[in-house]
Amino acid sequence: MNIDAICSLVLSNMAFFVLAAIGIVCGVLVVTVRNLVHAVLFLAVFLLSVAGLFITLEAEFLAIIQVFIFVGAIVVLFMFLIMLTYKVSDMAVPQGNRLKGAAIVVAGVLFCLIFYIMKAMKWNEAAPVVTITDDVARIGRLLLGQYVLPFELVSFVLLAALIGAIVIARKGE
Amino acid sequence: MQLLFDTQQLVNNIQHWLAGTCELYHLPPCLVVTCIAIAVALALIGGFISVNAMMVVLAERKIAGYMQDRLGPMRVGPYGILQTAADAVKLLLKENIVPKIADKWVFFLAPVVVMSPAVMAYVVLPWSPGLIVCDLNLGVVYLMAVGSIGVIGIIMAGWSSGNKYSLLGGIRSSAQIVSYELAMSLAVIGVLMLAGSLKMSDIIGAQQDCWYIIKQPLAFILFIIAATAECNRAPFDLPEAESELIAGFHTEYGGIKFAMFFLAEYANMFVASAVCATLFLGGWNGIPGLPMILPPIVWFLLKTYLIVFLFIWFRWTYPRIRVDQLMGFGWKVLLPLAFLNIGLTGLVMVLI
Repeated sequence: MNIDAICSLVLSNMAFFVLAAIGIVCGVLVVTVRNLVHAVLFLAVFLLSVAGLFITLEAEFLAIIQVFIFVGAIVVLFMFLIMLTYKVSDMAVPQGNRLKGAAIVVAGVLFCLIFYIMKAMKWNEAAPVVTITDDVARIGRLLLGQYVLPFELVSFVLLAALIGAIVIARKGE
Repeated sequence: MQLLFDTQQLVNNIQHWLAGTCELYHLPPCLVVTCIAIAVALALIGGFISVNAMMVVLAERKIAGYMQDRLGPMRVGPYGILQTAADAVKLLLKENIVPKIADKWVFFLAPVVVMSPAVMAYVVLPWSPGLIVCDLNLGVVYLMAVGSIGVIGIIMAGWSSGNKYSLLGGIRSSAQIVSYELAMSLAVIGVLMLAGSLKMSDIIGAQQDCWYIIKQPLAFILFIIAATAECNRAPFDLPEAESELIAGFHTEYGGIKFAMFFLAEYANMFVASAVCATLFLGGWNGIPGLPMILPPIVWFLLKTYLIVFLFIWFRWTYPRIRVDQLMGFGWKVLLPLAFLNIGLTGLVMVLI
């Protein structure tokens, strides 16, 4: 191993630990800080750190889409909603933790599921090295070829959610 | 002069020289070259953003002056060419004021959050063959993703100021940018379908014979309109409408923090123009069919500043539109037209 390879290995490991630490700290802060706007800002930092983790795994497409959809659209939407629902002149915007019990149950179930999947993975075997030059085209072909049914199903669910939201919003009229 | 034409060779020479120097001093190339490259790129981009903002601000004031039959700034330097330099010095020397009820940390970070995506976008701008900080495979998507972060800074500024006008500016901005971002991304898809790639250099390469403005005129118009809205410029400058919101989200900002917002606005305007020139006007290519008389970088800058002029022209020609008109126009006109463009492009591509 030459010095260059060692260098890049050390750097990418360092990047992983720094990003993971930022992610965990911000994730905890999202659910603990009192101010709702601060919580959303920490959520944005958390999502960015996850995008950074994707980059260390050389999944650039996923990272960029993560920033595009979650940071650029979802976080902005959250902030927009907070400013519409609360008294706009109130700077405190406190967040309530009344659903703590339910949240712990959901998080616990999710953790068990992920743990189960991780246990089933064969970590000791080295993954076959594949060099992918154009991963966008590959993802496109997979989405509209092999996985066309789940893809269409997801878009159907999203459409249903959209229509549902509009129906609920217009109930009063 | 020859070097300006063959920038690929220039970049290769520099890389070769750096690698040689590293070998001479037994330094690990990956670390040293990366550090030097990042430092140089940041310095160049930072310098360019400042100089560009000063030049464009002066140009904007001069052009506005001539359009309104007056002279514009004339006092500082010959024909007022040092006016923006004087303004910049004034901004840097001003006292830093933070409102008493402002949320200090968010208030402090907002200009940074607005500025950093503007700088990040310069990473994929194709100046000339080989002269691009990083020719990402996902260039166009990267630009869109980075461009969508800036609005968080604007909302942060609006909320943390503790001022109702600022908050209204922030809310307007978030609604506007989310709506117009959609139209902009969909307009670009037509070009991407024709080029078959998301890489900036590939998209320019595909336009050697025919610029996409000829094949995608509708997409070009949609992109220009949406980009004007994304940059918060008139006639879509509702987030900072001075007559309604007394400058909106940056009412409470002064001195260097205001300068950051100002710089970011002009940096974003240059990025939007450069992307437009790259996607629709052939980037660094000369006019198809004619010999390449000018270096590619000159072509690129020429086309980009042409679009910048177009933005300035819009600002001093059209009156500001109302909020409901803005949202209606975005969702009911731009979006369906963008979908129509994608459908038509797909149909033509299948048939031909």
